[in-house]
Amino acid sequence: MASQDEQQQQQDPRIPKISSAIRVIPNFPKPGIMFQDITTLLLDTKAFSDTIDLFVERYKGQNISVVAGIEARGFIIGPPIALAIGAKFVPMRKPNKLPGEVISEEYSLEYGKDKMEMHVGAVQAGERALIIDDLVATGGTLSAAIRLLERVGVHIVECACVIELSGLKGREWLGDTPLFVLVNSA
Amino acid sequence: MFAAENGLKGDPRLQAISDAIRVVPHFPKPGIMFQDITTLLLDHKAFKDTVDIFVDRYRDMDISVVAGVEARGFMFGPSIALAIGAKFVPLRKPRKLPGEVIAEAYDLEYGSDCLEMHVGAVQPGERVIVIDDLVATGGTLSAAIRLLERVGAQVVECACVIGLREVKT
Repeated sequence: MASQDEQQQQQDPRIPKISSAIRVIPNFPKPGIMFQDITTLLLDTKAFSDTIDLFVERYKGQNISVVAGIEARGFIIGPPIALAIGAKFVPMRKPNKLPGEVISEEYSLEYGKDKMEMHVGAVQAGERALIIDDLVATGGTLSAAIRLLERVGVHIVECACVIELSGLKGREWLGDTPLFVLVNSA
Repeated sequence: MFAAENGLKGDPRLQAISDAIRVVPHFPKPGIMFQDITTLLLDHKAFKDTVDIFVDRYRDMDISVVAGVEARGFMFGPSIALAIGAKFVPLRKPRKLPGEVIAEAYDLEYGSDCLEMHVGAVQPGERVIVIDDLVATGGTLSAAIRLLERVGAQVVECACVIGLREVKT
């Protein structure tokens, strides 16, 4: 089923304009990285609206009660989806930003480690969740979010991103959790 | 201007929105009563009503830009932008935006911080609203206004879910 979905997604007429609305910035944040900038997508009202619609069409009616968005660009894309499908929005944040009691999950960076936090009580065991970010690269951040939610008994239906850097094979770090993206980049 | 002063007094949705906001004492430091909107985001109806109230206010005001202040402004701004047909422009902490930026400094209680916006995101003459979850001293919002005015945009209004009455803006 997954590959058929992907093929259908490739042919959705809204995808080319979404893809061309994304700006590539060379050598950011450091030399050699081609940064996928979604801020230009947010300036294109039709393309941004289509982006949200594509996710909403996929997830509406699937009994998803939680949309978890990863700081900070996941905060831009996640809430409109949550509102449209009738789900809660749960921000997954960098350390020391959430004011209440949190649970945290460490994950590796290219150099060193970082931590992701979620509020205790934001989600309940048995809830069905989506995890949203703008882009998946190595999959490190998404897999930390998966672990955090699974620790409290949530079932992650899918991870959803606008862009996948397929060359980095982030999909392989997500275990059994499916990944859905709109745009593939090298 | 608080919602009650704007003719929303008695709007039945406001009470549930207010009740959905959690106060966390002594965060980020002793003496501060932190207004936590994450609990509002867990209440689908109250969150939707929050967005709807802003959309109802701005939809016919010819607003072409919704500027959201990082990071909690990102949670409200895009939904409003989508509903009123405006662009969403993130105003970010330093070095997060990848392209060419303009920056505006503002004072903190101790020290200063900086807000950045992408060059070219906003054109002269555009009508803008600035969104954040909460206004306290107004330092962040006034930096946002200065940034937008520097590129010739007109800031029609700043809109926040919460205004702290005890703090002079």
